Amino acid sequence: MSFDVERVRRDFPILSQKIRGKDLVFLDSGASAQKPRAVIDAMVRCMEERYANVHRGAYFLSEAATEAYEAARLATARFLNAPDPRGIVFAKNSTEAINLVAHSWGRHMLRPGQAVLFSELEHHANIVPWHLLKEDKGVELRVVRVTDSGEIDLEDLAAKLEDGKVGLVAIAHMSNVLGTVAPAERIARMAHAAGAKVLFDGSQAAVHRRVDLQALDADFYVFTGHKLYGPTGIGVLAAKLEHLERMPPFLGGGDMISSVTLERSEWAPPPAKFEAGTPPIVEAVGLHAAIDYVTAIGMEAIEAHERHLVDRAMRRLTDIEGVTLLGRAQDRGGVFAMATDYAHAHDLATLLDRAGIAVRAGRHCAEPLHTRFGVEGGTVRASFGLYTTEAEVDYLAEALTKAREFFA
Amino acid sequence: MFDDLRDLYQEVILDHGRKPRNFRRLEDADRSARGDNPMCGDRLELFLKLAPDGRIADAAFQGRGCAISTASASLLTETVKGKTAAEAHALSDSFRELAMTGTCPHCQAALEEEMERLQPLSGVHEFPSRVKCATLAWHTLNAALDGAKEASSE
Repeated sequence: MSFDVERVRRDFPILSQKIRGKDLVFLDSGASAQKPRAVIDAMVRCMEERYANVHRGAYFLSEAATEAYEAARLATARFLNAPDPRGIVFAKNSTEAINLVAHSWGRHMLRPGQAVLFSELEHHANIVPWHLLKEDKGVELRVVRVTDSGEIDLEDLAAKLEDGKVGLVAIAHMSNVLGTVAPAERIARMAHAAGAKVLFDGSQAAVHRRVDLQALDADFYVFTGHKLYGPTGIGVLAAKLEHLERMPPFLGGGDMISSVTLERSEWAPPPAKFEAGTPPIVEAVGLHAAIDYVTAIGMEAIEAHERHLVDRAMRRLTDIEGVTLLGRAQDRGGVFAMATDYAHAHDLATLLDRAGIAVRAGRHCAEPLHTRFGVEGGTVRASFGLYTTEAEVDYLAEALTKAREFFA
Repeated sequence: MFDDLRDLYQEVILDHGRKPRNFRRLEDADRSARGDNPMCGDRLELFLKLAPDGRIADAAFQGRGCAISTASASLLTETVKGKTAAEAHALSDSFRELAMTGTCPHCQAALEEEMERLQPLSGVHEFPSRVKCATLAWHTLNAALDGAKEASSE
């Protein structure tokens, strides 16, 4: 183990509490992660000592808040190895960031006859905006198949890119259900060779491994703060500056204009063009603290820790009769879903909750994927964070075994 | 590890969850409705056959769901048989109060026997995220009686 998980756990105040008299075993970080003291303190300090609106006030506190807000942008750019911090746009979450791309880039840069391509394993946030775009613009939608092992079918991708009509490839860098990590660099190369732009939904991936946007050559990359041990209310669109410069604004209002008369407005340059209104200032400070926190531990160490836990979980859970794990991807992060032959996902989640284990039951905003794997009724998903321990994985396996006896 | 969950998962619930009664399509149904809980993926279709006097002559359902929702639908089909539409509505109101609060102080004395049969589902009130599992079939019953095609417990 590359880092001391017990020391890491002490950084997270919430983990020390009991749930119905039992230790909290939090295995739902894929939905939203818990927050370390460093993030909580940074946000409190911002509000207690350095808070004012940004970008407008010529006074000490506003200048200090502006500096903190822009420092968060620089930290985000460094975290992703983005080519230019002006390509970092703060949004509400990943969902809003993808909608921003669909609205401002998709509606204006895609031509009739072009297609948007996504995969069967996408989160609804990377499906529904394209449905809206289809209704609005008449673009074609293509869906890349997922193999039985839970991986993007690259042959199918190649076939669907072949006619050169795809304008955008939008793929989850890591599945929020299967944990599969997509071969993003290869997908980006394939997309670019076929004349398409590429968007990665990094909501899961950015939490579990190092992301290098320059190596990926991604046109658009999105992630959200609250899954990265940061606050809710802030997400990131990282885009190539050339795209942001050509795209019209998403929302109109203050802070995103260079001049306004009663008749017309002129847009500010990016990223301000896409940040109308008072931005998430305290949340940006919290995101910055979260990035500093995971960076200090090291994304490679986090990835190795979670990989070790997933391997252990796969071994332990495979031995339990009646438990089926979805997908067997080679490259995967700390997320997996399972179905059992003895209990519906919701009954199982209720049982696990009684043992202090927090998991998610249902279809995890990925209904098409559940249909693809023939588990329309839903699955139980466990997702790990950097604070997850071997003992918690073993406890989950024990609880699943006992749950089988309960329903027998 | 799970002993205190026997209040929720009583033997009656597990039994009806595993072997739901009246689990079939009524081809000659006079009324039917679909119930959908999009959050958890539970889905069922309820069928009612009415007698000439308007009473429910037969009730059946099909679908997929957790043990709670399946058991609730199963017990529903057993308890609404022979009821008028008004009685079935009253039973539905009473059951939903039972599921949400664990008791039903204002329940009609005339429905006492039926409520007794549904009592095993009362434990669900301690599980706010699961109440909708228990009530889905009953929302669907109301929809079928009112001539609506869809019901949702969301």
